[in-house]
Parts: sequence; structure tokens; C-alpha cells
Amino acid sequence: MGFTQVYDYVAGKLDWLAAGLPIEGASAAHPRAGDVARPEVPTCGLEERLEDVQARVRAAGWDACVVVNPERVVLGLLRAKELDGDPDQRIEQAMRPGPSTFRPHVPIAEMAQYMVEHDSQNAPITTSDGRLVGLLRQQDAVRTAHELHQHHHGEEGGPA
Amino acid sequence: MSVPTEIDREEVRRLVEQGAQLVEVLPADEYEEEHLPGAVNLPLRRLEEQATELLDRRRAVVVYCWDSA
Repeated sequence: MGFTQVYDYVAGKLDWLAAGLPIEGASAAHPRAGDVARPEVPTCGLEERLEDVQARVRAAGWDACVVVNPERVVLGLLRAKELDGDPDQRIEQAMRPGPSTFRPHVPIAEMAQYMVEHDSQNAPITTSDGRLVGLLRQQDAVRTAHELHQHHHGEEGGPA
Repeated sequence: MSVPTEIDREEVRRLVEQGAQLVEVLPADEYEEEHLPGAVNLPLRRLEEQATELLDRRRAVVVYCWDSA
């Protein structure tokens, strides 16, 4: 057929979505986990002292902190419970290691349902190679899913 | 078409910046749902028949599916 420069993106659309890269199409406008996650969540490293991180997190008005390595790969999570621990601990001892993480392309309604069913207040959203995109709060996921549902109901002429 | 060279995500971005044509070979309804920015849809069963019609053979072509399965 005369095509001499042909390439195969083997990992495909799933890889692209999991990396949180832009997409086009009907579902592009629907909010996903990566759109609602908060990128400004405080982060810290394994070697820091909890006391120092506690002060920084509270000053920023948060009750959670994500533990990352220098490449921003997620290693652990400090929720309110962990942040209230012994301030002399290193983060590596204090944190909740290996938290469940989710990809940016997961629909927000799905995330909201999961987080409520599993009583998960915070969900780290990461790319397919584990780098932090942001922290998704349950309240944000539920609110956005509710707004989306209301919007669709309104469009279909259903009850307000 | 010549045997495709396998590439990763970063190479896709680089090639697209250089003017490559992106082609999604999944069925139309999957393409409509979401696709890479700028990609055209040529489902696999119509690829050979419509490639020369819809694509510029002077430019690189990057094809993709859902995943590697």
C-alpha cells in the first residue's frame, strides 16, 4: 500500500488513559478520578520525622499526607490516625505502606461508590507507573458524582 | 503496510509532534467513547481497504488498539 513509516503503539489506549493523558470523545467531558483528585496534597519522604510533617500538614489545612520517593512514586499514606502518632518516628515507621491506588481515568461515579462502600476517605490517584497525580477525597468524589447524576437527570427530563 | 515498529507512549507523543497520523483500529463505538487526541478511526477489518483513502502515505502512521492483549 506504500506506507513505509508504520508504528504500533502496543500498550494502547489503556496505557494512555492510565497515564492521565488528554483524550477526546463522548466521555472526555465526564469527570474522572484524575480530574477531581487534589494535586496540592502535602507529600513527604520516608526519612522525615513525623513531628516535622505533622506541623507542615496542619499548617496547610490538611489531615492527610502522601509519602513519595524523589520521583513522586507513592510509597505510603498518612491519614489522621497516622499523623497523630509518636512524633519522634520516622515516616517509614509511621505511615500506612502500600495504599490502594487508582488510575486517573476511572469514572468518578465508580470511585465514589467504591470509596463509600469501603469507607475510604482518601484515595491516592497515580499514573500507571505509580507517580502521584493527586489525592481524591471521598467527599469530593461523592459530590461530583451527585452533580453528574443531577445533570444527566435534568438532560433526560427526569425529576429534578 | 510494512511491518510496524513497536513504540511506547513517549514515542507516540514525539511522532505526533512531528506530524504522524494516529489511527485507532477499535470498533467505531469504542472510538466515539474516547480516543487519543487527533486520532482517526479505521476499524481493523476496514484498515487495508480504507488506509490509502484516508491516510497520507508520506506521513508516519501510528496504530493502536485497547491494550497489548
